[in-house]
Amino acid sequence: MSQTAISFPGARDTGTHAEEAVAGTSLWRDAWYRLQRNKLALSGLVFFLAMTLACGLGPLFTGYTYERTELSLKASAPLQPIIERVGARKAGEPRRDGIALSTLEDEFLDKPEADRQAIAGKIAHGDTYRDSRYTYQLTSRRHLFGTDALGRDLLTRVLVGGRISLAVGFAATLVSVIIGVLWGAVAGFAGGKVDLVLMRVVDVLYALPFTVIVILLMVTFGRNFILLFVAIGAVEWLTMARIVRGQIISLKHQEFVEAAVSLGLSERRIILRHLIPNVLGPVIIYTTLTVPDVMLLEAVLSFLGLGVPPPMSSWGALLDDGARTMETSLWLLLFPALFFSSTLFSLNFLGDGLRDALDPQSSKD
Amino acid sequence: MSRFLELNELKTYFPIFLGTVFRRAAGTVKAVDGIQLDLEKGEILGLVGESGCGKSTLARTVMQLIRNTGGAVYLEGRNLSELNPRQVRAERPNFQMIFQDPYASLNPRMTVHDALAEAIQTRGKLRKAVLTQKIAELLTTVGLPPNQMRRYPHEFSGGQRQRIAIARALAPEPKLIIADEPVSALDVSIQSQIINLLLRLCRERQLTMIFISHDISVVKYISDRIAVMYLGRLMEIGPAAAVVETPLHPYTRALVSAVPIPDPIRERARQRIILQGDPPSPLDPPSGCVFHPRCPYVKEACKRARPALEEKLPQRRAACIRIGEI
Repeated sequence: MSQTAISFPGARDTGTHAEEAVAGTSLWRDAWYRLQRNKLALSGLVFFLAMTLACGLGPLFTGYTYERTELSLKASAPLQPIIERVGARKAGEPRRDGIALSTLEDEFLDKPEADRQAIAGKIAHGDTYRDSRYTYQLTSRRHLFGTDALGRDLLTRVLVGGRISLAVGFAATLVSVIIGVLWGAVAGFAGGKVDLVLMRVVDVLYALPFTVIVILLMVTFGRNFILLFVAIGAVEWLTMARIVRGQIISLKHQEFVEAAVSLGLSERRIILRHLIPNVLGPVIIYTTLTVPDVMLLEAVLSFLGLGVPPPMSSWGALLDDGARTMETSLWLLLFPALFFSSTLFSLNFLGDGLRDALDPQSSKD
Repeated sequence: MSRFLELNELKTYFPIFLGTVFRRAAGTVKAVDGIQLDLEKGEILGLVGESGCGKSTLARTVMQLIRNTGGAVYLEGRNLSELNPRQVRAERPNFQMIFQDPYASLNPRMTVHDALAEAIQTRGKLRKAVLTQKIAELLTTVGLPPNQMRRYPHEFSGGQRQRIAIARALAPEPKLIIADEPVSALDVSIQSQIINLLLRLCRERQLTMIFISHDISVVKYISDRIAVMYLGRLMEIGPAAAVVETPLHPYTRALVSAVPIPDPIRERARQRIILQGDPPSPLDPPSGCVFHPRCPYVKEACKRARPALEEKLPQRRAACIRIGEI
C-alpha cells in the first residue's frame, strides 16, 4: 500500500519503509509551531518569562531590600541624585542617611533662604559640606524607580511585589485548574444525577458574593498569605468546571471514547487517558486567562487593604499605596501599574495565541 | 445454546422527553424492536437497511454500549444483558467494534503504539519488548509498516486510520467483531482494500462478524448471510447471494433494485422499484407490518397484524404474509 507523506514542519518523510521507527508529530508539537508563527503571542510569552525571571532574581541585584526604610529619603523621584548625610561621630559607627537632592534645602531651614540655595548648590556640585551635626556628600547612588514614602527602593519593591502577585496568580490558578478539571470531568462523564448534584454545587457557589466572603475570611483569620491562595482558588475553579464539563459531554459521544469503553477500560482510565488530554487545549487557554484574572483579584483585595501584610508588597498593595499619593509622587503609581498591566497584557496575548494554536478552526483568518 | 451469538427478541427503546422544567415522557423511539438473530462461529452476517432504521443502535446494543430494554444477547451461551456493568467490562475484550468514521474513532492525543498497547493489555500486562513486538505484528497484519507506530492518527490517511482501528479491534483477540459501516467514510478505491482485509482476517482467525452497511453490493461480497432491517425490525434474512438475486420481501426487492449495475446495457434495462413516501417515524410506527404504508403489495391484513419472521424457503426467512402470492 502507498504511504502518503503528510507534511508538517519538522515531520520527517514517511515515504520510505526504513527500518528505524518514525517519530510522530503530536498535536502539541503542531500547536507549538503555530504559536511560534504568532508574533504577538510569542512576544507575550517572552515578555512574561522575562518578567517572571526579573521578579524571581531581580531583587538580589538591585542593591536594596524591599523592607529597609530610610525615612530621610522620603518619597524621592526616580533617578534623583542622592546626598549622603553622615552624623557626627559620637559613640560607635556614625549614622549614614540618604537625602534626595530635591528635599536637600529642607535640611537647612534654620538658615536664610539665599544661604540654603547656595549650600544646596555646592553640595549638588560635588563639594563636601559640614555643619555642627552632619557631613553632606554627593554620592553616585541612585534609585531607578525612586523611593516610596518610607524611603524604600521602589524597583526592589515592585520586583518583590511581582513575586507575590505571580505566585498568587499561579498557585491559585493551579488550585482552580486541578479542582475545576476533575470536578467538571467527573460531572460530564458520569452525567445524570451525579452531574446534577455537582453542577448545582457550582451554581450555589457562583451565587455567593465572593468578595464579601473573602473579606470575612480575612477579617476572621487575619491577613494570611496561604488563605489568600485558598480563597481565590476556591472561587476561580467554578468557571473551569463548567468549561471542562461541557467539553467532556461533547467528547464522550465521540467514537474514540466508545471504542475505549468497548475495550473494557476502567472509567478512571477513560477519564484520565482519553478525555482529559483532549480537553487540555481549552483548559490551557482558560488557564492563561485565569492567571491575570486571579492577579487582578489579588490586586483588588490588596487595594481594599486585605492583601499581604506590610512590609511585604504585591502589585496590588503598591497600586494602593501609589494611588494615595498620586498627586505628589506619581511614580509610585506609575511603575507598579506599568509592570502589572504589561504582565496582564502579555498573558492575554499569550492566551489568545494559544487558543488559535491549539484550536486552529477557531482562528479568525 | 449451540449458537455462537444469539439475539433473542432484542429491544432497545429510547424514551423521549419534552419540556425542560416539567419533563414529561412523550413516547418511546423503538430503535431496535424485537430482533431475533443467531450467528454461527466464523460466520459473516451483513446487516443492511436505510439510514435511521436502527442498524447502529443494534450494533451498540450487541456491544452493550447501550443496554437493551428487553430481550437478551447471548454470546457463547452467556447472557450479556444480564451481567452487571463490572461483569460486562470483564467480557468486553471478547467482542470488539470497528466504527464508521476513522477520523473520530482514534484518540488524537495517543500514538498508534499507545492505542494498540492499551487494547492489547486488556488481556493482561505485558513486558515492554513483548508488547512492541505484538504491536508490530498487528500493524503488519493490517498492512501498515510497523515503523510508523510512534506516529499520531492525524498523520495518517483515512484508509490507514481505518487499518489502525481494525488493528485496535483485533488487539484484545476478540471472537466477535461488529463493523458499523466501516467503509462508508472511505474512498471507493480504499473501500475494497479494507473489505478484503476484513474478509481475510475473519477467515484466518475464525472471527464472527456482523458487517453493517447500507451498500448492498458491498454486503453481498463480504457476507455469508444478509439480514435486512427496516424501522427496528428484521424484514428478511438468508444466504447473501440468494437474498440479493431473488429477494423475497417487497422491501428487499426495492432495496436491491436501487443498486446500479456496472454494465450499461443491463443497467438501462434495470427496473427500479420506487418506494412512495419516507420511512415512518420510529416514534409512531405504523400498525401491523411496519412497511405497509410504502408497500406496493399492501392489503388489509397487512395493516392489522405484525407478520412474524418465518421460514419461507429453506434457510430463508422473511416477515411478510404475501410472499407466496407476489
